[in-house]
Amino acid sequence: MAEQNSSRGTGSTAGGRSGSFLNDTRVRAVLYQILTIGAVVAIAAYLVNNTLTNLAARDIATGFGFLEREAGFDISESVIGYTPADTYGRVLLAGLMNTLKVSVIGIVLATLLGTIVGIARLSNNWLVAKFASVYVEGLRNIPLLLQLFFWYALIQTALPHPRDALQPLEGFFLSNRGFRFPYPVWETGWTLALVGLALAAVATWWLNRRAGRIQGETGRRPNVIGPAVALFIGLPLALWAVAGAPTAIDVPELTGFNFRGGARVTPEFAALLVGLTLYTAAFIAEIVRGGILAVPYGQTEAAVAIGLRRGLVMRLVLLPQALRVIIPPLTSQYLNLTKNSSLAIAIGYPDLVATANTSINQTGQAVEGVAIIMAVYLTVSLSISAFMNWYNGHIALRGGRK
Amino acid sequence: MRTDERELRNPAYTHTEEPDEPTAGHPPTRTWDLLGWTRKHLFSSIPNTILTLLCLYLLWLAIPPVVDWALLSAVWSSDTADACKVEGAGACWAFVEQKHRFILFGLYPFGEQWRPMVAVVLFIGLIAGSCWPGFWNKGLLAAWAVGLTVCGILMWGGVFGLTYVENSQWGGVPLTLILSVVGIVAAMPLAVLLALGRRSDLPAIKTVCVTFIELIRGVPLISVLFMASIMFPLFMPEGVTVDKLLRAVAGITLFTSAYLAEAIRGGLQSLPQGQYEAADSLGLNYWQKTRLIILPQALRIVIPPLVNQFISTFKDTSLVIIIGLYDLLTTAKTALADPEWRQFYAESYIFAAALYFCFAFFMSRYSQYLERRLNTGTRR
Repeated sequence: MAEQNSSRGTGSTAGGRSGSFLNDTRVRAVLYQILTIGAVVAIAAYLVNNTLTNLAARDIATGFGFLEREAGFDISESVIGYTPADTYGRVLLAGLMNTLKVSVIGIVLATLLGTIVGIARLSNNWLVAKFASVYVEGLRNIPLLLQLFFWYALIQTALPHPRDALQPLEGFFLSNRGFRFPYPVWETGWTLALVGLALAAVATWWLNRRAGRIQGETGRRPNVIGPAVALFIGLPLALWAVAGAPTAIDVPELTGFNFRGGARVTPEFAALLVGLTLYTAAFIAEIVRGGILAVPYGQTEAAVAIGLRRGLVMRLVLLPQALRVIIPPLTSQYLNLTKNSSLAIAIGYPDLVATANTSINQTGQAVEGVAIIMAVYLTVSLSISAFMNWYNGHIALRGGRK
Repeated sequence: MRTDERELRNPAYTHTEEPDEPTAGHPPTRTWDLLGWTRKHLFSSIPNTILTLLCLYLLWLAIPPVVDWALLSAVWSSDTADACKVEGAGACWAFVEQKHRFILFGLYPFGEQWRPMVAVVLFIGLIAGSCWPGFWNKGLLAAWAVGLTVCGILMWGGVFGLTYVENSQWGGVPLTLILSVVGIVAAMPLAVLLALGRRSDLPAIKTVCVTFIELIRGVPLISVLFMASIMFPLFMPEGVTVDKLLRAVAGITLFTSAYLAEAIRGGLQSLPQGQYEAADSLGLNYWQKTRLIILPQALRIVIPPLVNQFISTFKDTSLVIIIGLYDLLTTAKTALADPEWRQFYAESYIFAAALYFCFAFFMSRYSQYLERRLNTGTRR
């Protein structure tokens, strides 16, 4: 279209026809753009000017200096250490960590549940398929916020007070203050064990690739599962033992009206996680179903014809093709889940938006606060899409259609 | 077509040992055979049988207590909460009986609540009417203009002998409908411009549109609503105040327009290049081409995603609870603030959820119907 515009433009000037130079599309293009940018800049300048005047009139400070000041308010839970004496910057970071915590766990759980429900909807068992569609239709059509309120109220009223907490296992307490369970006293040994797990994962990945290569060359696939299991058990255990095999466990106990010690899942976190997971899983289920249906049936027939077992048909033929259809909409569901986690503020989970909101109320610096929220979510969104784009490119057909 | 594919996936069909249907030259009979159906859909293999039994067991566990709670032991009518608080009482629908006026219409003056009622009926009538493709013409636009005006008169009043009701007193279902309908109607023109701008050849215009769309799509609705509620007053010159409802509508409109713009862009992209070229060769200028050739076709393709966006805007309006507007979810939650009825949160939320569900479920079914209907014309 650009070509065509410019050629028409050249025509009218080269032809030397009379008439305003405004009839030249090139001149018009430049003019339109100047007008647009002018309008955008003018509006922005107007708003900035108003804002600065208003801020001055209300005696509100500007700039991000407040991030260095003491926040003075406490939050109910934090992944990183935080006390009210810490700065606003620190409390926002704690909020961000809480957002990431609930989003990452939610994404993993919603993917698992969504895949199961999506496949169940395609089941040839009528009851299973009906269950799955009732689940999907029910949860998709009710606002997430309403579901969050419901789960939160349910946890708060249906579970007993700490004094009569349910104890499914010795040391595990379920009450309306959340879920408390024994947790190892964190020492270097446990960190090393985690490192061991990560190493085992990397090694297994490498072994798997090597096995694939050897299978390609010789037709025989070396055993991977045995060494992998050994690695996953052996490496963490060995590293844990090297660090002195710490065994101290922090067991929660009831003192007065609440529990002390152990690890804790708060009711707010639980309600948010359950709500986000169930809601997003309904959407993911539809995506998975659509992806599987998008693979032509001939692919299954062809795979069966060359003698693959049913499991292998799914893993080697159907899933790789379905994934290409599934990944792009799945990415936007992950982004939705992350953005929806901001509803945390409504049930009192201290995520980024909630901590930023309290900071705004205390300092009055609304512009900076909202700017921080937006910038952080944009960064997170763009990172997730970048990763998923990379993954999508990675699994896309090579050398085929674009 | 879907069911056919599902049928083909049936392992009983791929493994040829035991075909369920007669295959020797006879076409499959169309009679509905209960035993055969049960065998095929519930007990076709051992794992399938186990799954069926498991499902039946779950139903056996779940249905009797739910029916007992919701119907058999429920308290249907009572002036006080005491009748619900006796041992063994089920759902307290008396709560809904006592509070439904507040949940449906919020703080609107009690004696005047027939007005929002009529407005809601009008809104639903308009939406239902717009769903019928036979009505898609200029008359529909006129009907909407008249309908919205009448709704405005009903809600605000102040003329024709109706008392004036400030919009801070609006609430419940009418507010939810107003926020979502006005939000999407106002977002539409903006979205068309954004979508066209994003496909423009002019780099400056394209950049402005892309930045706006991606910025809005990258942040949660809450932050846009925050912007509308806390930052917007700062943006305005001194002395100018903008009403809270209007700010919420502005926030929802901006947010929706970015998502709608992407849907419309999909429609623009799916038009064959030949349509653009044909319009150019007729000598139409950009706006003629867009108005007469491109948009009528592109918008038609975009109707199903547009309906889906409407559903999600409808559900998203529940977020205005965070900036303190009395929409359906807020009234359902506020009704629980009464200490006497506080414990009946399930009834309140189920009532609100049922209202949301009816509307959203109908719209999503409609969007699926539309997709099939529109597909038949353009399928290659």
